[in-house]
Amino acid sequence: MEIKKAAMAGTLESSDAQVTVEPGENGIQLSIESSVIHQFGRQIKATVEETLERLEVTNAKVTVVDKGALDCTLKARVECAVYRSNGIAENIPWGGAVR
Amino acid sequence: MINAVGREIPEEILKITGKEGYQGAKAKDNYEFKRGSAKIRAMVDPGRSKLADSIRDVLEKCGIKDGMTISFHHHFREGDYVVNMVMEEIHNMGIKDLSICASSLGKAHDPMVPMIEDGTITSIRSSGVRGRIGEAISTGKLKNLAVMCSHGGRVRAIESGEVHIDIAFIGAPSADEYGNLRANGGKSNCGVLSYAMADAQYADKVVAITDTLVPFPNVPASISMTNVDYVVVVDEIGNPAKIATGAAKPTTDMRKLRMADYCTQFVINTPYFKNGFSYQTGVGGASIASTISLAEEMEKRGIRMGFGVGGLTTPMCGLLERGLVDVLVDTQDFDLGAVESIQKHPDRHIEISASEYANPFNKGAYVNKLDFVILAALEVDVNFNCNVVVGSDGVITGAQGGHPDTAAGAKCTIVIAPLLQGRIPAVCTNVTTVTTPGETVDVVITDYGIAINPKRQDLIECMKNTKLPIRSIEELRDTAYSIVGEPDPVQFGDRVVGIIEGRDGTVMDVVREIRPYEFEN
Amino acid sequence: MSHPNKKRLRRSMMFLNCQKPGLIKDPYIYRPDSIMLDLEDAVAENQKDAARYSLFHALREIDYRGVERVVRINGLDTAHWKEDIRVCVAGGADTIRIAKTESARDVHTVEEHVLAAEREFGRPEGSTLLMAALESCRGVLHALEVCESSERLIGIALSGGDYTKDLQTVITGTGVELQGARQQMIIAARAAGVQCWDTVFTNLDAMDVFEEEVRMIKMMGFDGKSLVNPRQIDVVHKVFTPSQKEIIFAEKVVREIDEKKAMGIGVFTVDGKMIDIAFYDGAKRTIDLAKASGVYEGDL
Repeated sequence: MEIKKAAMAGTLESSDAQVTVEPGENGIQLSIESSVIHQFGRQIKATVEETLERLEVTNAKVTVVDKGALDCTLKARVECAVYRSNGIAENIPWGGAVR
Repeated sequence: MINAVGREIPEEILKITGKEGYQGAKAKDNYEFKRGSAKIRAMVDPGRSKLADSIRDVLEKCGIKDGMTISFHHHFREGDYVVNMVMEEIHNMGIKDLSICASSLGKAHDPMVPMIEDGTITSIRSSGVRGRIGEAISTGKLKNLAVMCSHGGRVRAIESGEVHIDIAFIGAPSADEYGNLRANGGKSNCGVLSYAMADAQYADKVVAITDTLVPFPNVPASISMTNVDYVVVVDEIGNPAKIATGAAKPTTDMRKLRMADYCTQFVINTPYFKNGFSYQTGVGGASIASTISLAEEMEKRGIRMGFGVGGLTTPMCGLLERGLVDVLVDTQDFDLGAVESIQKHPDRHIEISASEYANPFNKGAYVNKLDFVILAALEVDVNFNCNVVVGSDGVITGAQGGHPDTAAGAKCTIVIAPLLQGRIPAVCTNVTTVTTPGETVDVVITDYGIAINPKRQDLIECMKNTKLPIRSIEELRDTAYSIVGEPDPVQFGDRVVGIIEGRDGTVMDVVREIRPYEFEN
Repeated sequence: MSHPNKKRLRRSMMFLNCQKPGLIKDPYIYRPDSIMLDLEDAVAENQKDAARYSLFHALREIDYRGVERVVRINGLDTAHWKEDIRVCVAGGADTIRIAKTESARDVHTVEEHVLAAEREFGRPEGSTLLMAALESCRGVLHALEVCESSERLIGIALSGGDYTKDLQTVITGTGVELQGARQQMIIAARAAGVQCWDTVFTNLDAMDVFEEEVRMIKMMGFDGKSLVNPRQIDVVHKVFTPSQKEIIFAEKVVREIDEKKAMGIGVFTVDGKMIDIAFYDGAKRTIDLAKASGVYEGDL
């Protein structure tokens, strides 16, 4: 998917993550800030990258501010931000690109 | 060398500190040594006054100079003004290379950070380091090694002469002009002065700082005039609202209440729960809730506590009010209820010294007589080792306090921790830093179940006929990891910035400098 | 054949806001019979989409350890309910709670979309159960037709806040304003052979009043209650736990009926009470409740 406009999802509450996506040109520029970066930075990065890949996002600036979110929450926030950037809220491919 | 909790202690650290690696909880039993001593200046002339005009004046009278060791106590908690007021004056005088020997340092002492950075302070020994001082140590700003010790371990170091205090500064809620100090009777009452007692006996110079000068004699004194050189009167020694806070409202968090319930059920199903049992608990929500629910069971079953040890809070003092405990022995008051209790019940709520409380190197301390201690922890590993000092980001953030002392002493040491703090699992394969050895920890209670140390087959047997959710510690870890994933170890730098001192003076673990997190490609 | 979970034990049904990751990650710790993951009132209008992604991954990836996963979807008068149904079915929710149900037609509408979603996402047809929240006077008056509207329908729940507004009164704390609805609904549910749940109690400082209310609705025949806080769960379970006396009596009834039936005897006495086959189901329920409450030590 293309990132058409800047969009954000999630909050800065504990166990949540705030994900912002913005249009980009040269691949994925990923920035991650996390309250649990030392112990989970690697896993957060992997989860975010996998989710973007599934959504076929190839060019974007992605910013994650993580407050100890589980992988399921990270995925949900990335997906929400990407679909929002495309103005899509219905007929989501549950179990397909979103899984 | 690899010590008895499996931690690699660099030879260089042993050389610098002159210490041995930790060899086991009872390795130093029967250890013989000569007590340390203080240089005393006699007070023969009845005409001489102990009153000094100001902090500056008293520093000069004490002959403050570069390289000295000075000490503080933490009974004023986050409301303390004494440390900062003394340090500011020392800083103004341009003194360098000081060693700080504190019973604890908190966020209130953040103003010390620039003094660490400019070399005014080059060594710290403390039973607790929080706030920006912890960050400063973890980022390598302190020149020498920080020594994180337990409350008992600090007194041991002082009494054994390992640490020699040149000047002790003792904030006193009330004092007379001859240096009889009390923890009450002033504007900023803290209930007890337990942690300052060893300092008063073993420092060369002892300075009392008060905001309430009372007529001689200020009795019964926590610290006697026989040990005090000077008295300084200042406007305020602390913020009373932060020294003795109102009693915390009992928690309504169902998770904590459930853990408290598990804890109470565990306690009453051990053979130690009988008339005359002894008990200590902390100030966390679950600890306080378990004291409240334990009291109900005691009343229902007609069982009285022989003595309670503290760190005291209103719920513990409530046991005294209700006649459920014979004696409370007190080293620190966490709220107004506790401060009031010690004044109201001088016969049954007793101030004790930190040495009486927890020193492993005297001829017997209260912790050795404990049946139960209820503790918290940041992390517990599958060997039951606890970490109460280093946070999940690798930064020094907590306090050993009496944790290792009470764990070593009590017949039944219970650690309560919610299994997950956000994404951080409390039960893990290997704690970041060992502060309390697993051989002294018997039970871990989480919201996901209870693990009993396999060393304690007797306790495992006791719980067989209960409905408590007993699991293995590995099961608890696996449950945690299945939910949050397996955490990577914190990436530290190479430089050792501090040691975790065992209560017997050995090296339990080292703390390394943190470095910014780097993603691998 | 009826869905095996249609009549499972549902004493405590706890609402959780789908938009709060901290709430939905491990509520099973509190051991409710059901959680109700809320897409409706608890979720702000502009976060409805976000809540659905969270819900989907929670349903797929979090092991709720046997706790029933009910999802409350948005009302049929909103733009959200169709996508809500898709995500519920795709995620594998056990049950969908239909908000603001007024008639059998509302249930049928949802049922059609659920069936379509089951086909779309390859889930067994009929696997998704439904429950209906009655939140208006009309809905309450139509309780029986709602209860009889679908094979998927497990029961009806009173939603007292909206209902009392429609009634032009308020929640008074005395329960008087809810009397009619409670009676009407439990009678309808029993007539149709489905379950019935009472409305939420929101004053967390009045746990004693809450407990009284739970006792009352239990006496009225309700199967359980919608809850807003984990602290309420243990209270409900305590009230719904049969006493040892009740359990012993129920055991005797079951054993005697089994025995006497074989001997061809229809009516007999247990502890001086006249008993016949009509007591059988009630006694079985008592034993099931005792088992669920962890207090049953017999071998029935």
